[in-house]
Parts: sequence; structure tokens; C-alpha cells
Amino acid sequence: MRVALTVNGERREAEVAADTPLLWVLRDHLGLTGTKYGCGISECGACTVHLDGEAVRACSVPAGQADGRAVTTIEGLGDGQGGRHPLQEAWIAENVPQCGFCQPGQIMSAAALLARTPAPDDAAIDAAMGGNLCRCGTYQRIRRAIHRAAAQVQESEA
Amino acid sequence: MSEERSDGAIRISRRGFLKAGALAGGGLLIGLRLPVGGGAAAAEAGEQRTGADDAAFAPNAWIRITADDQVTVIVDRSEMGQGVMTALPMLVAEELEADWGRIATEFAPADPAYANPILGRQATGGSTAVRGAWRPLREAGAAAREMLVAAAAGRWGVEAAACEAREQAVHHAESGRSATYGELAAAAAEQPVPEAVLLKERRDFRLIGTPQDRLDAPAKADGTARFGLDVQLEGLLTAQVARCPVLGGQVRSFDARQAQRVPGVRQIAEIDSGVAVIAEGFWPAQKGREALAVEWDYGEHAELSSAGIAERFREAAEGGEAATAHSEGDAEAALGQAERRVEAEYEVPFLAHACMEPMNCTARIQDGLCEVWAPTQNQAATQRVAAEVSGLPEAQVRVYTTFLGGGFGRRSHTDFVAEAVACAKAAGAPVQVVWTREDTTRHDHYRPATYNRLSAAIGEDGGIRAWRHHIVGPSIMSQNGMIPADQRLDSSSVEGAAEIPYRVPHTRVAYTMANTPVPLWWWRSVGNSQNGFIREAFLDEVAAAAGEDPYELRRRLIPEGDRHHGVLERAASEAGWGQPLPAGRARGIAVVYSFGSYCAEVAEVSVTAGREVRVHRVDVAIDCGTAVNPEIVAEQMESGVAYGLSAALGEAITVERGRIEQGNFDDYTTLRIHQMPQVRVHIVDSGEDPGGIGEPGTPPIAPALANAVRAATGEPVRRLPLARAGLQPA
Ligand code: FES
Ligand code: FES
Repeated sequence: MRVALTVNGERREAEVAADTPLLWVLRDHLGLTGTKYGCGISECGACTVHLDGEAVRACSVPAGQADGRAVTTIEGLGDGQGGRHPLQEAWIAENVPQCGFCQPGQIMSAAALLARTPAPDDAAIDAAMGGNLCRCGTYQRIRRAIHRAAAQVQESEA
Repeated sequence: MSEERSDGAIRISRRGFLKAGALAGGGLLIGLRLPVGGGAAAAEAGEQRTGADDAAFAPNAWIRITADDQVTVIVDRSEMGQGVMTALPMLVAEELEADWGRIATEFAPADPAYANPILGRQATGGSTAVRGAWRPLREAGAAAREMLVAAAAGRWGVEAAACEAREQAVHHAESGRSATYGELAAAAAEQPVPEAVLLKERRDFRLIGTPQDRLDAPAKADGTARFGLDVQLEGLLTAQVARCPVLGGQVRSFDARQAQRVPGVRQIAEIDSGVAVIAEGFWPAQKGREALAVEWDYGEHAELSSAGIAERFREAAEGGEAATAHSEGDAEAALGQAERRVEAEYEVPFLAHACMEPMNCTARIQDGLCEVWAPTQNQAATQRVAAEVSGLPEAQVRVYTTFLGGGFGRRSHTDFVAEAVACAKAAGAPVQVVWTREDTTRHDHYRPATYNRLSAAIGEDGGIRAWRHHIVGPSIMSQNGMIPADQRLDSSSVEGAAEIPYRVPHTRVAYTMANTPVPLWWWRSVGNSQNGFIREAFLDEVAAAAGEDPYELRRRLIPEGDRHHGVLERAASEAGWGQPLPAGRARGIAVVYSFGSYCAEVAEVSVTAGREVRVHRVDVAIDCGTAVNPEIVAEQMESGVAYGLSAALGEAITVERGRIEQGNFDDYTTLRIHQMPQVRVHIVDSGEDPGGIGEPGTPPIAPALANAVRAATGEPVRRLPLARAGLQPA
């Protein structure tokens, strides 16, 4: 099938089998490698993107189901002018990434959380981030970075 | 990081010693001649020696300064999260007086010049990166600085001693003249390389010892960091390999017709490890592999099971002879005479590495050149294997190291390299071999499972009079041919157990090698990962039997002046050892030396009536000598705790009908965010040379957890993961 998506604000098309997971449409067909493959079965969160604003596991969304919808990936999370998202700034400030492989997925999950819950507590963070594995064990810094970004967003809106 | 480096990568002469040389753009490339030590992992180092005229001395080349005043540090260790891309350049920049805010980095190509001084080959492992680089990289920086100063002095007609290097420029105070390193680069290249350089005193360090942000954080936060899986090349194909599900099995025959009909499948090729389906992308490769019909020759191990292996270990403990790993006094006699004896059996499982990035590698063979893009911890072996498989000489193999999405030892193996090169050869096109998560779990090379018997005699003074530890398990070095077939002792199987830090007059630590068909490899902290647990958990059992506080007993048994004391005391005081805790909580303590560093941890846990265990807080005290970057030391301690805790809470690899039973994160369960305790890291500055940091944080957490659970419940935890001790992680 010909799948048409709006990816990071741009219209993109690809010729794929309808059951091709969105993850591979992004990575193999559109060259967007920021979204990672970790498990393929919605267990690790490395492939997290936003589909019409909702965090989804791109490994488990068939292209046919994504057709016509808007996708935001880590590459498109910033302000579009080269500026980083507050979460990305916080991630750098807290030195969150170690190997870094899980981090695009972590940040996309965190962005969806903040969009819903601007000032999450640790319990809310644990609940929202429970599907994102990090084998380097950066979880404590992830919590800190989310708090930092939340505070920064609130400050800039105040 | 990938293709753009294929012609930008610097190349160093294999022969002779590197002299300072001008770059095309008028730059300075600096090298020093430095010895390569022998030492650990000598077995694998042997393979490096073939035809190497540089076995005794290797040139090193880490610095490039260009006319545009860009200082680039060539990072010759693999960045897998442990922070070498930041820590190694700090060593150079400190002596070079480079402007840290403008430093650039580049990963080194495969070249004997970059042999790891501790491992003897170009590889990253054993927490050696900073330890090995501590002198050479500072010397390289100092030599470059001296040449830049000499160039400036020559230009100005003044004494070099009257000039000072600071903030990436040379200054002559008297005349007020200054020149940037970029301006001086071409002239500096004409200067002789100093034979010897003076290194800074510790008190003069400006950068070393200060917390610095990771240089790789921005690229890893915005998605631009290139991992092995992210390599993109013109015409790149993707391969998945069907491998025999039974350990040691082989392909008997296969029918490719269905697979070939899958749109996007280009080719089916039999390679050493199985049948490769080469296709236009991951999904067609996966569908093609699903459609492939392979008939397997299961070989001899189709009935192998974890229960059978456990039984074999017990039999071996009874019957077979044991090799002595350590012996002092007469442990048998002392135990025989003892009035108070403690005995226990401990068991640990096989473990997978479960790197976040599944195994993969990319290769292209073209115009007599084999290029390999690999998330590898082992450039030397990658180059050798790629040469073997491609049939090209090593000189015709280029290795480009990407970022590694986790390593933990797994990526020092080269199985994925061989597959990628074989596929590229078969396809006549560039190929990326991608392992699914299931492939990554089922075809790992695992941390050994072991079975242990321990006995201790409690002396009249409350001390430990005798200690006997008998380890039974398979050997990494023997199974991988790193030690002679008739050698019965593997140092990596007994590390953490053989040399106990406690004063015990009679000790015997013995090892019975019981190899199995389950493939083995280095796993973060290697033998310390299991032996640290067993030794420290059993010590707590002895303390309990003797009616002693486990912390006080450790302090009493460790000789004065020993560096174990500093971390033990710091961890205990920071954790509030002995202070009352809320109801239902308990603390456990453990201390393990590994890879040149001393690490003590106190875990604070709670155990519910339903036997659910939660770890609330961990205090880590680490003496890694000079902490080059305290921020990264803290990160690595958090990471080491998480990795070891993950395993203790819920990881186990089991075998049934010759097959690894676990496949994905649903049945190989690793730590999730709600299970992450608050980890507080306390650096004990002993002022010594740097020790390792990538691994030492891992060994103490399992015993600290087990000891806290014992304190809470009164029952020892002798089997991991927790489920095997009748407990569940919360
Ligand atoms: S790759 Fe999609 S959740 Fe793991
Ligand atoms: S940073 Fe390595 S897996 Fe999360």
C-alpha cells in the first residue's frame, strides 16, 4: 500500500506492506533513525512516537492504521527552528543518557506525560514511564529531568 | 559517525613510531611511543601478536589540532554509556590546556596504535578505559602542549620557559603576545616530539576531578546519535538469520521458495550460523525468515535442561576433584574441630546481557576493501574476523565504531560481525544484519550459572576461624578456548571469591569446572557478579550465627589501612547504619573490590507479608582512586546498581529441550522505573590512580539486597533471582 503520513509536520509517503509496523516505515523508508527498535512487542518503549498527539509504540502500529495521521518523532520534538524541547534540555542538564539507546523513547513518553500532566509527581512519572526500559539504569535521572522540565515550562508560562 | 568517517578517519602507520606530522590543512598530529602491557585476557591478546612488530611498543595517536583552532581527541575506546567519550578527552585536555568547551571527538579506527595498554589489544572491557589511558593520554596532551609552546617561542624568538599555555593558546606575558593553537599548529608539527614530558601535579588539575557534562548527551537527547542500527548506506539491505533453536545445532536443509516470494526479499544464503534472509528492510527480512522452512540437525543437546545442568553441578560438587583457587592454613582441619559451624548452598542462574540495542552489524565489500560499521567493544577482533570471513587481509578491513546501545561485555564478541560480512559477501551489496530481541536473548553468550557450597567456623573470639567455598560451574575461558584444555582453574570463575578481604586464618576456595553447552561470555563485572553476592551474603549468615552486627564484623575482620574500610564506613554512615528505620524496613550492607576499585553499598528494603520486596534506597560509597569525572562516576554507580539489582530481582536464563526459554522482555524481565531505588553516590577520594567504574558498582548490590531481606525476614537469600528464594519483586 501507499501510506501517507504527516511526519513532524511534513507530508511523507512510502510504499509498504500494510502490516509493516510504523517503526520500520519511519526507520527504513523515511530514514528517521531517531526512533529505536528494542523489542518489537510493546515491552520496552524504545520506539515511542506520538500519533495524533498520543504516545504509541511504533513497533506495534501497522502502517495501515497510521495512514493519514500525524506522527511526531524525536527528530520533530523541538520547536521546529532548531531549538530543543524543554525535556531535551533537561535531559542534557541532568546528564540522563548513558548508552542513550532508550532515550528517544523515554523523552517521547515523557513529552506525552507533560502534555497531559504539567507537574507530575514521582508516582505519576513511574506510572507513565513504566513501559520504557533502560538497561543502563538512568531512571533516577529521568525522574529528575522530568521534574526539571516541568518546572521550567511552568516558569516560562508564569 | 558512519559513512562520513569512511574517508575522514585518520590512518596510522603500522610500522615504526609515529612522528608529529603535518595534516593537509596545516595541522598537528601527535603521537608518543608507549609500551603495551601484557596482563589480563592474555589468551585473547595472543591472537593479536601474530606478525605484530608492535607487540612490545605501540605508537599512540589521539590528538588533532587544525588551523581553524579545532582540537579533536581521537577516542580509542567504545562509548557504550560508561562515558569514555567524555572522560578520555578530559585526560588529554587537562595537559594540553585545551578549551574544554570547544573540544571535538572522533572514534578511532581499528589500528594496533590503539591497543588497550591493559588488555593488549584494541578493545573496551574490564573497566580499563581510564585506567589504561591515565598516563598515555596525559602524556600525549603534555607532549602536544610542549610542541605548541616551542613553536610559539621559536616564532617570537623567546625562551619556551617564558611562555605559558592556557585556554588553547600560548601566551608570552612579557611581550603580551598570544597565539592560538590553530595558529601554531603548522609550526608545532615541525617541532621534535619530546622524549619525555612533565605531567601536572594533582593539585594543579583544572579539569580532572571536576564534574563535567557528558559530551554525547545532546546527540543522545535529540535522536541524532548514530548507533549500529542507524548506519545508512546507499543500497543497504537488511538481513535476519534463522539460527538453530537448539544449542549447538546446525542447518540440515532448507526450502527457500516461500521466503523468496515475500515482497522485498532479495536473497536467501546459508552462512556459518544459519540461513540468512537478505531483504529490502527489516520487515521483509522478518516476513521472509518466518516463511523460510529450515530443517535442523539438533545435534547432541536436544535434551539439555536447566534441571539437568543443576543436577550435574551437584554431582560435580560431590565427586570431581576441585582446583584450589586460594588456600591458607588448614581449613579442613579447622572446620572439623569447630564447635560452631555455618553451612550453606548458594545458586545463581545464567544471565543474558540484554543490551538495549539488539545485536547488529553492517558490512560492505567493495573494490578490495571490507568496511565494517559495528557497535563493538572489540575493534581488534572485529578486524580479524572480518578479514577471515571476507578473505581479505586485515589491512584491507576498515572498522568504524558507532555508538553502542549498551555493551556490558556482550559486544566484545564478534558473532554479529562474522554474520554481517558473510551476508555482504553473499549479497554483493552492503548488508546490515539485525538480530531481533528474541535472537539477542536466545543467542547470547551468558553469564555462567554456578552452584556453591560454603562452610565457616566461628572462632571463640567471635571472628571467623575457617572459611571454605567450593564453586562449581562452567568456565568462560575454557569454553571459549582462552586457556589450555587441561587447565582446571579459570581466574574469572573465582574472582571475588578467591581473595577475601577478611582476616580468616584458615581458608580454602576451590573450583570445579563443569562446562555445559550453554555459551558463555563476559557479563558486567564477570565472576564478581556472582561471587560478590555469594561471599558477602554468606558472611552475613556467619555474622548472624555469631550474633554480630554485619557491618561491625566486616570492620573488625578487615586489616587496618585497607582501602575497604573507607568505603564501608562511608556507606554505613551515609545510610545511617544502626539508626532506627520505619517499621517493615531493614538495611543490608556489602563491600566488593573489583577492577581496581572498592565499592560498598547499603540497601534499604521492605518486605511485605506477601513477600514482596522493594528496594527504597541504596547508598554507594566508591573509592575509584582519582575520580576523573565525578559526574560520570556517579552515573556509573547508579547504572551498576540498576544492572545488578535488575538481575537479582528478576533475571534468569533457563534451558529446556536444548533451547533457551526466554526471548523478550516479557519473559526476561529487567528493572523498570518503579523498581529503581533512590541511589546516593558518595565518592571516597583516596588520591590513588584511577580504578575502574563501569563494573565495580554492580557486585555489591545483590548481597546488600539479600542481606537486607535477611535482616527483615530472618531468612537468608541463597538463590537468585528472588523468585527462587520464594520472594517477588514489588
Ligand atoms: S520496540 Fe516498540 S516497545 Fe520495544
Ligand atoms: S541509556 Fe542505555 S538503555 Fe537507557
